[in-house]
Amino acid sequence: MKRLDISYFLRQGVGSIFSHGFMSFAAVTVMMACLIITGSFSLVAFNIDHMIAKVESQSEITVYIDEALPTGDAQALKDTIASAANVSKAVFVSKEQALSEFRKELGEDSSLVDGLQDDNPLRNSYRIFIKDVKFYGETVEALKKIPQVASVVSRKDITDRLIKVRSVVNAVSFVLIVMLGTVSLFIISNTVKLATFTRREEIAIMKMVGATNNFIRAPFVVEGFLLGLTSSVTAFFAQWGIYYYLGKTISAGFGLFALVPFSGVSQTAFLFFLASGTFVGTAGSLLAIRKFLNV
Amino acid sequence: MVRLIDVHKTYDNGTKALKGLTLRIDDGEFVFLVGPSGSGKSTVTKMLTAEIRPTEGRVVVNNYTVNNIKSSEIPYLRRTLGVVFQDFRLIDKKSVYENVAFAMRAVGAPQRVIKKRVPYMLDLVGLLHKARRCPNELAGGEQQRVAIARALVNNPSLIIADEPTGNLDPARSLEIMMLLERINSLGTTVLVVTHERELVNRFSKRVVALDGGMIISDRMGGYYQNETARH
Ligand SMILES: Nc1ncnc2c1ncn2[C@@H]1O[C@H](COP(=O)(O)OP(=O)(O)O)[C@@H](O)[C@H]1O
Ligand SMILES: [Mg+2]
Repeated sequence: MKRLDISYFLRQGVGSIFSHGFMSFAAVTVMMACLIITGSFSLVAFNIDHMIAKVESQSEITVYIDEALPTGDAQALKDTIASAANVSKAVFVSKEQALSEFRKELGEDSSLVDGLQDDNPLRNSYRIFIKDVKFYGETVEALKKIPQVASVVSRKDITDRLIKVRSVVNAVSFVLIVMLGTVSLFIISNTVKLATFTRREEIAIMKMVGATNNFIRAPFVVEGFLLGLTSSVTAFFAQWGIYYYLGKTISAGFGLFALVPFSGVSQTAFLFFLASGTFVGTAGSLLAIRKFLNV
Repeated sequence: MVRLIDVHKTYDNGTKALKGLTLRIDDGEFVFLVGPSGSGKSTVTKMLTAEIRPTEGRVVVNNYTVNNIKSSEIPYLRRTLGVVFQDFRLIDKKSVYENVAFAMRAVGAPQRVIKKRVPYMLDLVGLLHKARRCPNELAGGEQQRVAIARALVNNPSLIIADEPTGNLDPARSLEIMMLLERINSLGTTVLVVTHERELVNRFSKRVVALDGGMIISDRMGGYYQNETARH
């Protein structure tokens, strides 16, 4: 081969894909499904990470005041709370303040809370900063003992629970990546094997007239690569759509758990899809044509 | 150029196909390799194309030593050879033109060279007017001529034809042999495997007779003789 004629391999590869169109379609569909399932779990894990970071950035302990208590009385509790053991600072957050913060967080969906000014479901609260994390548990206990305090939510409770969920999601993602990766590899490999079977006469003649092994293999590698590429690009856009739709549904349901916007992860997601799709496609075809190493 | 020196071939199942074969074919020769079925003729041709390797002895083809040829070198050995089979081995989906062009594409020939060379080859075998036909629209003799054009298109120095007339009637068989003779006269070495005695005896060529994996006769301008074949 004097000059690498890529257009020849491309034409051969594309021709091969369409010569057994149904099988190629099935391979792309299965691979897309695998990518979307894996992608979804990774996005869930990513959102949990994001939530953990968000919770950690907020105050350490939140003390909710009994809703029976008028705002003025709640505000007057400041000294009692600030003098509890190990408390360095207590910041009062009125329920009106909490509502406007919530509204800000919702962003474009803020109309969801429009009717709530007059009948605010949120409670007055204090954000507590502590002196020494060592006595974290004692501080939470001490705050709970104050009679007007309805509940104490510590950051640790939430992050502990999120971290547990995340480790489950991570484990499931890992298992899925391995399993679905294998499934994809298998189906791509079989599609390409079918292609080599349809073209076995041509391959025999190519060998007879002195085509190199790489020359014979190249169109099949191109085929696997293209199948992977098609799967990853379509899977990416499908994932985008699913995420966008889910994000809307979730933020309408529970505003606090609004998903990270897709634009924030789209680049990483695209690279992940592209890399894994083309890798599995190429590896699958190489697996299928191993035997052509032997003349 | 072919050199076989004391070549033995034992297949994996224990069949001794060749038992000490020594044969030399120089450039420009025309050789008939004859012998009854099972005498080892195809084993010789497969060794020349490096499909199989000798168990013992030495095989050299166009300066490649088949005994220890690297698999990456085999394609380059095959580019110096043109192989023709009894069953033609054409691709039915491709036109006559495409079948011949395919052999050039397989070795990376540029399109502009292919465009010139393929019609020239089809003209040489007398089938230029059927270039757009498919192989199954042609008669057997014509299909074999396409296969010969394909074998020649990459300009090999040696043509190996293993029973090229096995599927053809006597008149077509004679045409094919005359075509191979003409190709030889243009400078290509030709080795024809056959067991058709009458056909061989119409030409006055070198005849190498095999039986039981051994050469039992090798004569210039020789006959394919009854007694030797029935040994
Ligand atoms: N791949 C093989 N494995 C085992 N035995 C074989 C194989 N190919 C050929 N033989 C045996 O080797 C002998 C020579 O075969 P072959 O060279 O094909 O003879 P010919 O072409 O003269 O008819 C025969 O006995 C045949 O059965
Ligand atoms: Mg034979």
